[in-house]
Amino acid sequence: MDEPLRAENVTLSYDARVVARELNVRIPPGEFTVVVGPNACGKSTLLRALARILRPREGAVYLDGALISAYSSKEVARRLGLLPQSAIAPSGMTVADLVSRGRYPHQRLLRQWSHDDEAAVAEAMVLTGVADLSGRLVDELSGGQRQRVWLALVLAQQTPILLLDEPTTFLDIAHQVEVLDLCADLHEQQGRTLVAVLHDLNHACRYGTHLIAMRAGAIVAEGHPADIVTPELVKDVFGLPCRVIIDPEAGTPLVIPAVTRSRTRSAAVVKSAENQL
Amino acid sequence: MTSTIERPGLVIRTPRGGLSVRLRPRSVLVAAVLLLAILAVGVAALTIGDFPMPAADVFRTLFGEGRPGDDFIVNELRLPRLLTGLLVGAALGISGSLFQSLTRNPLGSPDLVGLTVGAASGALIMILVFDGDAYQVAAGAIIGCLITSVVIYLLAYRNGVQGFRLILIGIGISAMLEAVNSYLIIHSTLQQARTAQVWLIGSLNARGWDAVAPVAVALAVLVPLVLRYARRLPMMELGDDAATAVGVPVERTRLVLILISVALCAVATAAAGPVVFVALAAPQLAARLVGGGRPSPIVAGLMGALLLAVSDLAAQRVFAPVQLPVGVATSAIGGVYLAWLIGREWRRGRG
Repeated sequence: MDEPLRAENVTLSYDARVVARELNVRIPPGEFTVVVGPNACGKSTLLRALARILRPREGAVYLDGALISAYSSKEVARRLGLLPQSAIAPSGMTVADLVSRGRYPHQRLLRQWSHDDEAAVAEAMVLTGVADLSGRLVDELSGGQRQRVWLALVLAQQTPILLLDEPTTFLDIAHQVEVLDLCADLHEQQGRTLVAVLHDLNHACRYGTHLIAMRAGAIVAEGHPADIVTPELVKDVFGLPCRVIIDPEAGTPLVIPAVTRSRTRSAAVVKSAENQL
Repeated sequence: MTSTIERPGLVIRTPRGGLSVRLRPRSVLVAAVLLLAILAVGVAALTIGDFPMPAADVFRTLFGEGRPGDDFIVNELRLPRLLTGLLVGAALGISGSLFQSLTRNPLGSPDLVGLTVGAASGALIMILVFDGDAYQVAAGAIIGCLITSVVIYLLAYRNGVQGFRLILIGIGISAMLEAVNSYLIIHSTLQQARTAQVWLIGSLNARGWDAVAPVAVALAVLVPLVLRYARRLPMMELGDDAATAVGVPVERTRLVLILISVALCAVATAAAGPVVFVALAAPQLAARLVGGGRPSPIVAGLMGALLLAVSDLAAQRVFAPVQLPVGVATSAIGGVYLAWLIGREWRRGRG
């Protein structure tokens, strides 16, 4: 089957600093792809390139079989939505106002608010459970609520592909699960193609149906979490000795970091430092 | 369920929903009030003066049925001056609102980042070095403004232009150009220096139809572009990544809006000199009237028009028969406003 989004031989850089070299990535249709890897491995950079925020230095990104740079900005935004890390909600803005901005790619100078726009915004707010907050100011919301409002904005765009850049950062564990459950629903019930960058390997294993593991700007492994997540892979990617067991709740792989001796060792270092004083 | 969701302002649709326009009710109200105020100030500006004239006579004269003397006073002296003031004010208000939106900072206004100073340098070179006439001085102002903006843009450019860097570089360039301007004035004759100083303060004295025409043409061309491109500003408020994600070509849009803003500022400065504070204050005042964030550039433009027309009326009448340049009035009014604004922010910051 044709993949809706793929990167071919892309080299990604910020100014002169190359972050990733000659990556080849295919996003399988209808799957919940999760990109994992240690800090600064280039996973967010890859997502930004897939979302045409960052232009690859070499190589190209293809959306629905054609060069992503050949589409108009609005046309891309009708096919592919992105929840960026660095979104700003201007102060004094209501939830409904913010969510309605997701409709921009469907609007024109004299088609500023159609019946479709209204229905899409209402549906997105109901799906994310923020309909009751529609009149509230975004500033007043909790972190979890705010993240759901941003997700509603992206959903209002009504794109078959959704890219999410660390959607659970800064959320407590309950809100993390809430946001990821919502993503899983979008994928399972609506058949949308999701790509998310996640920090937590166990979340990636539980929710992802396709995992891309990266290290130092290169892809180390790809596949279903149950097939590829092994102690060797985790050691290879994160440099972390661990055990992998079956998650008793979800039946997915669960990574348990090994108890290292660093704790006892660091206690000894403190002790010897004290002695020297 | 839908009924609980807040309506996005006032929506006007054609019967079958093919076309639709979305407005903020409060913005429409504010715009209407500003238009009425502009009308009132306009009538006042045409009636009062050294030769007071009843409103009825003014209207008769406007429609070409007045006495010859009245015709000269209204149609050749007062009306072009009033229109120049309104159009220059509108251009400065729109220019300021675009610049402040793009830099996300009230200090990112054309009169603080060196655009008006650059225009002044161009004009001064024309007055002092080439001894140019009014048209050449206006052309010099426009060229000076454009060159300054290009220099600031290039110096601030690094993978796109970031608001704060642009402001800091603009303030630096502004200081350098002030020095150039002072140098030019010191090395000129007394007569030239006087002409230059009057121009530098910004004035609407003796502005005729030849001053109205260029600003009117510029607004007629640029306002439709503003209406088209300003629809992207609400998206750009969300940050560059989010704006790109919903389909706004961010860097291109920013460049077009900066060009529009610079062009408006240049034309306005060419017509009336570097009138300060209108571009800074009009968008801020409009924002407070509209409430809830960024005002539309059109509301800011109406505010600018009103501000400049009122200032000019005050400059003409408060110390009559001495006529002050309008720049003195905008400086005084703007200074009071700025002090109040900073004071308020200060109290809020501490409270």
